[in-house]
Amino acid sequence: MADIDLLYFAWVRESIGVGHERVTLPAEIGDVAGLIDWLAARGGGYAEALGDKTRLRAAVDQLFVPLDASIAGAREIALFPPVTGG
Amino acid sequence: MIRVLVTDAAIDVAAELDALERAGGGAVATFIGLVRDDGGVEELFLEHYPVATEKALSDLVAEAVQRWSLAAATVIHRVGAMAPGARIVFVGTTAAHRAEALEACAFLIDRLKTDAPFWKRETRGKDARWVGERDSDHHAADRWKQP
Repeated sequence: MADIDLLYFAWVRESIGVGHERVTLPAEIGDVAGLIDWLAARGGGYAEALGDKTRLRAAVDQLFVPLDASIAGAREIALFPPVTGG
Repeated sequence: MIRVLVTDAAIDVAAELDALERAGGGAVATFIGLVRDDGGVEELFLEHYPVATEKALSDLVAEAVQRWSLAAATVIHRVGAMAPGARIVFVGTTAAHRAEALEACAFLIDRLKTDAPFWKRETRGKDARWVGERDSDHHAADRWKQP
């Protein structure tokens, strides 16, 4: 078990209701997709924001990663929609 | 000269151009993105992922400087609330000759759109909605892939 910082952006942040939280992860969660499923199971805004993984992108310790990326040793994980800057 | 900035202040194009012109090249290319009023947009809000944004932009600029031997490169992106007509993004490059400056400038804006963590929200009256990603942006970014 490890404490990590979770960051949410754009409509993911709005649905969940906060932009940042610190959580203690169960040891059995190994990748970003597993984290998303675990959070979505909280229901409410979490389920709404995180129910469809095809709409989500992620960064582990500020590097963009695919959803099957390991989160072992991660300190900060961000979940967000596809980017739309420029 | 390398300059990367994420800011909620207006972009001073004259000052940025001046710096690019003094960098010691023979060619300066620039791109300026403006807020469109697509279907009555009253406000465009830009959210970003601090630190990760600056890192993504710095990595892109470093790649461009090396690939096109640039004398200078500037990328400035605004965040926060903006009105139609406001400058969202400024990209400028200085190189020895025009081809390098123009190509590097196009590379930077194409890849910024897919690689940097910014999100746009448009407000029309009481309706606020997050802008979705565009396939055309991915096609534009893909053309810079090297074999």
